[in-house]
Amino acid sequence: MKPLLLSHFTATSCIGRGLSETLNALQQGLHALKPCDFETVDLQTYIGEVEGLDTVKMPPHMQAYDCRNNRLAQLAMMQDGFDQAVMEAAQQYGRDRIGVFIGTSTSGILETEIAFRNRDMETGKLPEDFIYPKTQNTYSVADFTRHYFDLTGPAFAVSSACSSSAKVFGTARRMIEAGVIDAAVIGGVDTLCLTTLYGFNSLGLLSPQACRPCDAERDGISIGEAAAFILLERPTEQLDDDSILLLGLGESSDAYHMSSPHPEGLGAQMAMQQALKTAALTASDIDYINLHGTSTPSNDAAEAKAVNAVFNTQVPCSSSKGATGHTLGAAGAIEAIICALALRHAFIPGGLNTQHIDPQLNINYQLENKPQTLKRVMSNSFGFGGTNCSLVLGLAKQIGSN
Amino acid sequence: MTVLTAYISGIGLLGPGLSSWAASSAILKGTQPYEANKTIIPAPELLPAAERRRASNIVKLSLATSLEALATADMLTTDLPSVFSFSNGDGLNCHSICECLASEDREISPTRFHNSVHNAVAGYWSIATKNMATSSVLCAYDGSFGAGLLDAMTQVVVDDTACILMTSDTPYPEPMHSKRPIPDNFGMALVITPQITAQSIAKISVDVTQEAADIFSDPLLESLRSHYPSGRSLPLLQAIAFAQSQAQSKRVIIDYLEDLRLLVEVTPC
Repeated sequence: MKPLLLSHFTATSCIGRGLSETLNALQQGLHALKPCDFETVDLQTYIGEVEGLDTVKMPPHMQAYDCRNNRLAQLAMMQDGFDQAVMEAAQQYGRDRIGVFIGTSTSGILETEIAFRNRDMETGKLPEDFIYPKTQNTYSVADFTRHYFDLTGPAFAVSSACSSSAKVFGTARRMIEAGVIDAAVIGGVDTLCLTTLYGFNSLGLLSPQACRPCDAERDGISIGEAAAFILLERPTEQLDDDSILLLGLGESSDAYHMSSPHPEGLGAQMAMQQALKTAALTASDIDYINLHGTSTPSNDAAEAKAVNAVFNTQVPCSSSKGATGHTLGAAGAIEAIICALALRHAFIPGGLNTQHIDPQLNINYQLENKPQTLKRVMSNSFGFGGTNCSLVLGLAKQIGSN
Repeated sequence: MTVLTAYISGIGLLGPGLSSWAASSAILKGTQPYEANKTIIPAPELLPAAERRRASNIVKLSLATSLEALATADMLTTDLPSVFSFSNGDGLNCHSICECLASEDREISPTRFHNSVHNAVAGYWSIATKNMATSSVLCAYDGSFGAGLLDAMTQVVVDDTACILMTSDTPYPEPMHSKRPIPDNFGMALVITPQITAQSIAKISVDVTQEAADIFSDPLLESLRSHYPSGRSLPLLQAIAFAQSQAQSKRVIIDYLEDLRLLVEVTPC
């Protein structure tokens, strides 16, 4: 594929608002997961909550979009001058030449969960102020983003569970290459809600403590919330040294089971191999893998088998989910940005919380941050329904793109 | 933008009074009267027993329309990229989860939970068709068909691959029904190919436009188009039906977003 430039990006999660706080948290190994005290939830688990969302105010003409998910989207896009960068791109290319493709799994469902509690006692009707299309509907956050930036190009939400905001890179690639658009605002936004907390609990997949990816005693996920945005464009002729490029992308389906990965990670292998192939690289070109690494027994086992099948056992890898929690539909985008920070600041981020690496996984899992020049890294995102997506990102000055 | 050109090589359709594409093209052309009957969804024979038990209407609907489209396209399915573009997903499943979470006992069913993801249909479909190729799972509210068509066309044109597009709607029960009144089940599938095949039905060229979307003069057909997000595909299917029988090119404007529509030129094969 033709490489694409991540010209601007930003991320907000429980480890920080914006890139600077996120980088500091990663470099200092900040523990931000906490015992669950979200809303009325009564479960023994840990969560990664973004503080302060209750005080975020929607723009006056966009009140109908008011919900936790869009508040987090707005808070995130105001960091790192991202909103300014989109406005400038709109001036450069035209508002109709910028697409908006945002990943989310649960959108504003929390509003509906609360609206059901507040049904009219006599008629059973939902409250008048519950606005389905602007909050619960899966499109809501992409619609909100498009209106917030006053863009008029194509837009939709991508909602394939935990691969959603990795797959938006693929959507944008096709749209740009086809000439439908010149640039895309892509990303992922997912927020805490009862459906995912009680839902993962029903499957026995919530850890009672902060999740420990790839630990021999890992026992489930910690759910987090996050928003991450990227402005994706064709590379300029003269790239800055610290420019981050999307070099390759692989997508596949397990065709195996609705909520368990293929035990050999067959679909994951296909996604990783295709990502290498589209980047015209081989396994030895990858300096670090940011694993999907959810900390469920089955995901980490299947992913390790897939990594072993595609790479040698020495490639350093880790999961960011011990830091951010599993941010579901936002995970792909925020982990791509963590990879971009690792490339720019030349370090391998160590995975938090893990005490004893599961020897059966046979992977080079990193427990500590390690200074190291990185040229190209891979980020994996897999999800329910057997959806898989792998990205290859590279640092311009290291791969000689100038 | 660059006009995206490809071939419609298979069509599947299922909705109220529309039992298949084969049975509906005459209705869309007006040579056969439309009768408003409830949608009848066939059993999903292709699914393994465990998945068949858990499959909801939106899964069965999408399987039925995709199988008709694949059969007319005469296409093997194990390596076929797919696009699923749904306005809501499974309405009954969403209702059941929200009702449970609003009750004293919040123990939701694991099956309900894994069926709640927007890509549940893509998961079942890939299992049923043993298809390990990529699937895009999208939503653009009432513009979901337009979004899916645009995404599918970019796959076909950029990656030079065939692609199947599925778009389906199922109703919510009350109280959600009052907020999102989808009357019945409706689904549509298109197999799109980069080159002409022996089965190709029409050539389409897709561009974006600010012009208003075409509406039907027939009130019954217009009711289907306007009540179902996946029914927004019907003006395109009508243009294909006319192109097929009259060997004439047609120009049709498909609804997408409030300020953006898709202009489709339909040419007979």
